[in-house]
Amino acid sequence: MSSTIANRSSRSLIVISSAFVLLWVIVASFPFLWTLWGSFKVQGDFFSKADWTQALTGTRTLIETGGTFTGKGYEGAWVQEEFWRAAINTFIIVFFTVVISLTFGTLGGYALARSGHNYSFWLLMIALVFRAMPHITLVSGYLLPFFEWNLWGHIPTAIIVLVAINQPFTLWMLHSFFLNIPKDLDESAKVDGCNQFQAFRHVIIPVMWPGVITTGLFSFLLAYNDFSVTSMLLSEENRTMVPAIYGFLGSTQEEGNVMFAVASVVSATAPLFVLVMFFQRQIVSGLTAGAVKG
Amino acid sequence: MRHKTFLWFILPSLAAMILFIALPLVSVVVQSMYIEHEQVLVVTENCGPFGCTQESSVDTEATAQLRAEQPLGRFAGLATYFDRGHLASSEVAEAWANRESLGDFFAELYNLPFYKALAFTLTYTFVVTPMVIVLGLLIALGVNRLTPALKGPTIFVSLLPMIITPLIGSLILFWMIDAQGVIGKSLQWIFDDPELSLKASPPLTWITLIVYGIWSGAPFAFVVFYAGLQTVNSDSLEAAMIDGATKWQQIRYVVIPHLMPLAVFISLMQLMDNFRVFEPVVGFSAQANAPSLSYIIFADMRSDITRFNSAAATSVLTVIGVTILLAPVLVRTWRDFKGKAV
Repeated sequence: MSSTIANRSSRSLIVISSAFVLLWVIVASFPFLWTLWGSFKVQGDFFSKADWTQALTGTRTLIETGGTFTGKGYEGAWVQEEFWRAAINTFIIVFFTVVISLTFGTLGGYALARSGHNYSFWLLMIALVFRAMPHITLVSGYLLPFFEWNLWGHIPTAIIVLVAINQPFTLWMLHSFFLNIPKDLDESAKVDGCNQFQAFRHVIIPVMWPGVITTGLFSFLLAYNDFSVTSMLLSEENRTMVPAIYGFLGSTQEEGNVMFAVASVVSATAPLFVLVMFFQRQIVSGLTAGAVKG
Repeated sequence: MRHKTFLWFILPSLAAMILFIALPLVSVVVQSMYIEHEQVLVVTENCGPFGCTQESSVDTEATAQLRAEQPLGRFAGLATYFDRGHLASSEVAEAWANRESLGDFFAELYNLPFYKALAFTLTYTFVVTPMVIVLGLLIALGVNRLTPALKGPTIFVSLLPMIITPLIGSLILFWMIDAQGVIGKSLQWIFDDPELSLKASPPLTWITLIVYGIWSGAPFAFVVFYAGLQTVNSDSLEAAMIDGATKWQQIRYVVIPHLMPLAVFISLMQLMDNFRVFEPVVGFSAQANAPSLSYIIFADMRSDITRFNSAAATSVLTVIGVTILLAPVLVRTWRDFKGKAV
């Protein structure tokens, strides 16, 4: 008797929790699907003045272009507005930011993990405070000196700034990762006559890649998603995709221009989708690594 | 590790942080204490048939030269901090003296740009953070009950709102809530009000931004809690079940205490990230109704005449805010550290 009640209540619990997860999945994915679908329509359908079902059927798109799907938004963004320049700039900035951050971060994180001195604790605390600084406050500190020294507007400037902003997080993450690599490993290398750097080079580097890849993913996200640094510190021709999209919004008075922004938004989202698809496991483990040890 | 080796290992990272995080903070403090040079005035005397008149005009050349020579401007001490755009000491004192009620005073305060931004930033931070934790926990509990085949795709979809570029994510939602977008239209239909627009009224804008914040923050809490759920001790769950605990009681007395340290971690990260809310304000074009502290710094730097001093003063105040927010954590960590040392 009591077991049937328990069963019934657990069945209703399962239904409720499944419905909740389903609702969340819709809430999380619907905006992306909707925008992807809408990016192949004309503005009159994307913002349906008459009837929202037009966005699905593409009524206006059919009238204006002769087909229910159109690549006009993409053509306008990539060809006419030269969004490809922004894509190349993004690629350069993200690539170098990730490589340099990881190089600096592995060295620093390793030192912090292996040093038992007081100051390594203080450095980590300072890094935590730096991690909390709003990026835009730092940018307001750069702007005037960079103008004066003619550093403003160049891609290398943005790269080194992003590397620095990235460091606190990278240090924390790699520090907790190196703590997990047994100390005996490099101790025994040192007993065999290696100095600290050789021990790092020959013993630690071969085993550190999983942690480095995970950290690299987050460095990638930070550099790729950045808006405050890239929009303030880069000149027009050097700007990356996110400020370029923001630039499209400034010129949306013309009919159809907003579709350029929609198309470029979808284009800029695509690499992130691919990233999650391939590295889901690493992202999940990276997020939890900080929590479990932090 | 010896001090010298340690120094060599940490040097690149430390140099980058000192040059581009610590020094800019110093630079911000310095900039905030200077204001732009006044225009150089030249007084010329025009003597005509009806006597002499004195005329003062702006010497553009000299002004430009002075500004180029000393780009920082002239020293003003803390004046910028107390002007109308920041702490607005005289306006606040006046509003306090003339108040009719406390609500009236706060309404006056809300008209001052800095306090408006502060009000929004704090509301956003302290509403979004707990909501993210609750929603993240619920999703984690739900996903944990799914069959293994469904878990992977669900986690994939759940990660999307988090990894999406904040500006892009907010733009996507902004287009959907547009009066002619799909969500905007649906809301008009639900509330039977064809004039309903989420962009028009301040409260609705605040709610929109907060909903966006929860949407984009929940995945992080979800992933951390989900990983935590994998390590719940199944023995204690079983023991609770044998003792007759209902599902709810098992969650309340076994699972949630186990996840508590993770909740602390999530709230720390979320407090830091939510306090610097910036891109959503830009993406939702919400600057009029819901400016954040980061946004008003951005606006100062973006305006036709860059107001370095104003941006810098707001930055310093924001940094102070962050430090106050972090202080409990830092004090606690320091105590733990001292405890370990002893």
